[in-house]
Amino acid sequence: MSAVMAESCLTRNEWICGEYLRTRSEELTDATVEHVTITLVAIALALLVAFPLALLARRWRLAAGPILSLTTVLYTVPSLAMYALLLPVFGISVSVVVCGLVLYSLTILVRNIMTGLDSVPDEAREAARGMGYGCARLLFGVELPLALPSLMAGVRIATVSAVSLTTVGAIVDHGGLGNLIYTGMDSYFKAQVLTASVLCVLLAIAADVLLLGAQRLLTPWTRAGRRAGRRRTAGIPRDSVMDAPGTVV
Amino acid sequence: MGVLPDTWTWLTTAEHWSGDGGVWARLSEHLYLTGVCLALACAIALPLAMWLGHGGGRRFGGALAINISNAGRAVPTFAVLVLLSLGPLGDHGDLPTIVALVLFAVPPLLTNAYVGLSEADKDVVEAARGMGMSRRQLLARVEVPLAFPLIMTGVRTAAVQVVATATLAALAAGGGLGRIITAGFATYDTAQVVAGAVVVAVLALLVEGVLALAQRLFDPGHHRRRALAAAPATAVPARTAP
Repeated sequence: MSAVMAESCLTRNEWICGEYLRTRSEELTDATVEHVTITLVAIALALLVAFPLALLARRWRLAAGPILSLTTVLYTVPSLAMYALLLPVFGISVSVVVCGLVLYSLTILVRNIMTGLDSVPDEAREAARGMGYGCARLLFGVELPLALPSLMAGVRIATVSAVSLTTVGAIVDHGGLGNLIYTGMDSYFKAQVLTASVLCVLLAIAADVLLLGAQRLLTPWTRAGRRAGRRRTAGIPRDSVMDAPGTVV
Repeated sequence: MGVLPDTWTWLTTAEHWSGDGGVWARLSEHLYLTGVCLALACAIALPLAMWLGHGGGRRFGGALAINISNAGRAVPTFAVLVLLSLGPLGDHGDLPTIVALVLFAVPPLLTNAYVGLSEADKDVVEAARGMGMSRRQLLARVEVPLAFPLIMTGVRTAAVQVVATATLAALAAGGGLGRIITAGFATYDTAQVVAGAVVVAVLALLVEGVLALAQRLFDPGHHRRRALAAAPATAVPARTAP
């Protein structure tokens, strides 16, 4: 038995190690589940907060400036500092990470929801009003569906960023896969660090692809336009590049 | 709660600012790292963007410029820092940190500069070409000035990113202001954690603010645009909400 152990890639501390995947699969699953949960809760909360904020900024233009600049300021704060600043509020708990991610996601979501609502054609609004739609029905039946492409672009950027930023939560012991990266660094455990990092990137890609699929299903009418527009040279999708004020780290 | 007064006391205690591990020493480490890496990233990304947006790389420029930004978002900075410090670069002092910082500063620089250059007003570019400008003159006198606002947006984003990444480097045993935060966590000193975070946040906001100011001051199109804005409005009026 000891001879087998000596030969294993774990003892040789290799970057890629099947033995590690087999023996620590439970630990990896737990970390992944925590990672996904933190990200999902944060994005859901961020949407719940961002939507009223965007409506407020639209209804009352005076509020738009302060709301946009406040969320931009929040976006500038580095993640380690953000979690550290939230520490006295929540203590060492998962709320620190979730709250930090919500604050970061707000910047992207509020902007994109506002862009989406602004892009609703006046004709559509007038037609709905002429058909006797009230305020709430106009918002949820006409404006929100038409704003979905921009909103979903925001959700995708926010989610991918959140998956990556969750790792820094390792500083308060709630970083999902980040915990494995952090402890792996301390014990010089190469396989653990690489596996957790790769899982993180895979999570981000999976989330992006799933959200893209959801967007296609939710907005079937955009596909007809895309097919017609395919012959033209593809421009750079503005809301995926310009609206996001960089990336937080 | 007492955290805020404690933080204030920490920040106003002179010993915390001086000495080897003091705020000033950490701040100068941080600024040095930020400056070196931002300069390196600009030296790599801006010529590349010019080649992609103007020169021979036009065909695959767009796809690269977008995808590199998306990839930059999906890869966790923390993971890259740790991977590099455990890898062969790990024995070379600050090198893993510098490589990671440059890697994450390149995407915003490249994407913004590329978009700015490739979307420079085609009519103006044609006119300049018609006046007999060489490719080099065209780039230096027309395309770069037109793309300046976006290039500077890229520099600003990259600078803020580098400041933030340099903070994270402390988690992977690097230097910089993040050390104050991680040291506070290690000793359960909440006041120090919060004080370090305040210093980092102020630095990030200062960098953003100073560069935003520089962008406004040095924009070659600034005076012309202001003159245009002052001229009687013949443009389409802004759409008002119904």
